[in-house]
Amino acid sequence: MKYKHLILIIAVAIALPTVLLTPGCKPQNPVSAVEGDAAGKVYVAPGKFDEFYSIVSGGFNGQVSVYGLPSGRLFRIIPVFSLNPESGWGFSEETKPMLNTSHGFVPWDDSHHIALSTTEGEHDGRWAFINGNNTPRIARISLKTFRTEEIIEIPNSSGNHSSPFLTENSEYAVAGTRFSYPMDDDDSNPDVGISTYKQNFKGTVSFIGIDKETGRMGVSFQVLLPGVNFDLSRGGRGPSKDWFFFSCYNTEQANTLLEVNASQKDKDFIMALNWKKCEEYVKAGKGKKSKVRYAHNIYDEKTHSATSKIETETIVLDPKELKDIVYFMPCPKSPHGCDVDPTGEYICGSGKLAAVIPVFSFKKIQKAIADKSFEGEFDGIPVLKYDAVLYGEVKKPGLGPLHTEFDGKGFAYTSFFVSSEIVKWNIEKLEVVDRVPTYYSIGHLSIPGGPTRKPHGKYVIAYNKITKDRYLPTGPELTQSAQLYDISGDKMKLLLDFPTTGEPHYAEAIPASMITPNSVKFFKIEENYHPYVAKGEKEAKVFREGNKVHVNMTSIRSHFTPDNIEGVKIGDEVYFHVTNLEQDWDVPHGFAVKGANNAEILIMPGETATLKWVPDRVGVVPIYCTDFCSALHQEMQGYVRVSPRGSNVPLSFSTGNKAEPTGDAK
Amino acid sequence: MFRKTTLLAVALLFAFVACTSKKEAEEAAKKSPTPSEAATPQPEVHGTEVKAIELTNPLNKEWVETGKAAYELKCLACHKLSNEKLVGPGWAGVTKRREPVWIMNMITNVDMMLEKDPEAQKMLEECLVRMPNQNITQEDSRKLIEFMRSNDGEK
Repeated sequence: MKYKHLILIIAVAIALPTVLLTPGCKPQNPVSAVEGDAAGKVYVAPGKFDEFYSIVSGGFNGQVSVYGLPSGRLFRIIPVFSLNPESGWGFSEETKPMLNTSHGFVPWDDSHHIALSTTEGEHDGRWAFINGNNTPRIARISLKTFRTEEIIEIPNSSGNHSSPFLTENSEYAVAGTRFSYPMDDDDSNPDVGISTYKQNFKGTVSFIGIDKETGRMGVSFQVLLPGVNFDLSRGGRGPSKDWFFFSCYNTEQANTLLEVNASQKDKDFIMALNWKKCEEYVKAGKGKKSKVRYAHNIYDEKTHSATSKIETETIVLDPKELKDIVYFMPCPKSPHGCDVDPTGEYICGSGKLAAVIPVFSFKKIQKAIADKSFEGEFDGIPVLKYDAVLYGEVKKPGLGPLHTEFDGKGFAYTSFFVSSEIVKWNIEKLEVVDRVPTYYSIGHLSIPGGPTRKPHGKYVIAYNKITKDRYLPTGPELTQSAQLYDISGDKMKLLLDFPTTGEPHYAEAIPASMITPNSVKFFKIEENYHPYVAKGEKEAKVFREGNKVHVNMTSIRSHFTPDNIEGVKIGDEVYFHVTNLEQDWDVPHGFAVKGANNAEILIMPGETATLKWVPDRVGVVPIYCTDFCSALHQEMQGYVRVSPRGSNVPLSFSTGNKAEPTGDAK
Repeated sequence: MFRKTTLLAVALLFAFVACTSKKEAEEAAKKSPTPSEAATPQPEVHGTEVKAIELTNPLNKEWVETGKAAYELKCLACHKLSNEKLVGPGWAGVTKRREPVWIMNMITNVDMMLEKDPEAQKMLEECLVRMPNQNITQEDSRKLIEFMRSNDGEK
C-alpha cells in the first residue's frame, strides 16, 4: 500500500514539471489559458463605450454585423444581401431593387470579406465593402448611417471570393472568380462538357471603380485569366501600391474531386497584377468591349428609395496580348491567404497544405520582372522563379496556415486552422516568437487596422469555425465564436470568448473615434424627397390609381394619420407609404398589417417607407406600430375596411373623428 | 431662361433678407444644403436656454408664415389650434398662459425643461407622452411664437 503511494508521488513529481515546461504544450483545461486580469480588460461598464467597432461579415446569413471591442457586444446586424423582415429590407417597395440581379430578385448571398475604405492606406472611416460570393456582388455600406447604399453585380464571374479588397486610396475594389467557368468570345457561358475545363474554362479579376466623393461604384475593367481558382487577394501599399496580389489554387485545373485533384502540385501561384498599368491600357483603348448583363443598385438617401439598372458592357483586358500586367509566382501548396505587410514590401502566402509560410519581397519581384527571371509560362502568363522572388520562409510554423494580419511593430500573426492556433512571427527574421491556442479551428483573424499601413494594434480577434463544448449547447446547430487576445505585450493573452451571428469570415476593426462623430441621428424631414412623402399630417391622404390604393400616412408618438381607412376593395393593391414625422434620435416607428405576405417596416425619423398589402378577404383589418415608441404605444393602431369587389363604399380616411356610424351599419 | 430668372429671384430674395438680417440669410443658406451633403452629420438641437426675447407689434408677417409652415410639418400632429387637447394641449391662448421664453425652451430644449421645470413636469403627468424634440432651431421657435401670437388674435 505504502509502496503504491510512493510510486504515485514520484510519478506526479516527474510528470508535473514536464507538463508545465514542455513548450507548445496545450493547456489541458481551456480555462487555464485565461489569466486573472482578463475580465478587467474587457469589461465596459454600463454607460461606457467600447474603444473599437468591429465590422464583421455574416457569412451564410448574407449580412454584416457590428460589434464593440473589447466587450464583444453585438450592436447591430446590417442587412445587405439577404432579406431582413425585421426592418423590411428587401420587403419594402423602396429596398426591393437593392436585391435585383441579372437573374432577377436574389434574396440571399454568402458574404465573406469586409474591406474598410482607406486613404493613403489608412482607415478613413467612410465605407465598408462586402462581397457576395454566390451570385457575384459587392455592396457598399455607409459608416454614417450603417446602411447598405449600393450593390453592384459582377459580370463575367462566378464565386466572387477574392473580394472586395481595396487599393490604397480606395480607387478600386477587386473581385476575382473562385469558380472558373467556360467563357467564349462573347464572354457568355456556352454549353460545353464539364470535362473541357482545360480548354474552355477561364477566370477573371474585375476592378470596381469607387468615386472618391460619393463612393459610387462601377465596373471599370476586367482581366481575363487562365482557368484556376482565385482565392484571396490584397492590394499593395507604399512602394507596391500600384500592384494587387491574388492567391490561386487548382492550377491542376481539375473539375472534379478537387479535394484530391487540386492538391497534386507542390506549388500553385500567387498572381501579381499591375493595376496601374491596366488602367493605362484601358485609357489607351487596348481593352475589348464585352457584352454582358449586370445589375447596379443604388439607394438614395434623399428619396429613401433604391433604383436598379441593368448595365450591358464591360472592358476586358487580355494579358496574353498585354504582356506586362500579370505574373505568376510559385507558392507552396494551395495558398489561401495572401497578405501584404504595412510597409508594402512583404507579401505573405499561406499554403493550406504547406509546412512553411513563404514571404515574397516586392523589391525582388520587381527585379525578377526586369531581369525576365521566368521559369516558364502558364497558359500564356509568365511564371517568375520562386527563388528570384522569395524573401524567405518561416519554417514549421504550424499546420494549415490561412491568413496573416500585422501589428505595425514588425510582427505578423498567422492563423492555423488544422493546429488551431495563432502564431506570431518576426517578419524580417522569419522567426516564430509566440503561439496561442484557439478554440477551435480558427479561420480569419483580425487586428484593428491590421490590413492597413497604420495598424491600431492592441488586440487580435480569432474567428473560429468550431465551438463545440465552449458554450451551452443549443442542439446540433451551435453558435459561431470569436476570441479576443491582448497583443500589447510580447506574449498574446486570451481575454474573452464571444458568440457571433452567421459564419463570420473576415472582419475589420476601427477606432470608434473615427466613426461616432459622423453617425447620422435622423433624416431631416425637410430633405425628404420620397414621391409619396407626407410632410406633416396636412399632407396625409389616400387616393386611388386604378386598383392601386396609395396611403400617404404619417406616424408620430403615438398615432397614425390616417388611422381609419374605408373604400378598399378585394382586388386592390394597397401601398402604405409611412412617413415618420419625428425629428429626434432613436424614435423609429414600425408598421404592420394583418395578413401581409411580406414583413413589417421600421421607419426611421424623417424617413418614408412603403409596405405593399394585397387584402385577400373582406373585413376590417387592424394596422399597428410594432416598435414600442411611447407610453401610449399600445394605442398606436388603426383600421382598414376591406369591402367586396365592386362595392360602392367610397374611399375615405380620417384620424380623430368622433364615432358616427358610416356605410351599412349592422 | 426660366431657371435663370428663378435664380435671380432667389438671389434678390436673399439680398433682401440680408438687408434686414445678415445672420438670418446665413442661417437660411446653411439650411438648404446641396444633395451631396445628404449624409452630413446632424447635431441634435438642444438649444442653449432662451432667457429673454423681445415681442413687437405689428407682428412680423413673414415670421408668422414660416412659423405656420413649421407648425404644419412638425407640431400639428399633436397640437390643435383650438383649445382642444390632442396628444398635447391645444394652442389657443397659449401665449397668454405661458411666457414666450418658456414656450421656446419647451420647443428647443425639452429635455432640460422636463428635468427642471415644474410646469413642464406637470404637463408630462397630464399627457404621458414626452414632447418630442423636433430639432427646431431657436430662430424657428421664435417664428412659431409669432404664429402662436397670430393664432391668439394679435395683430
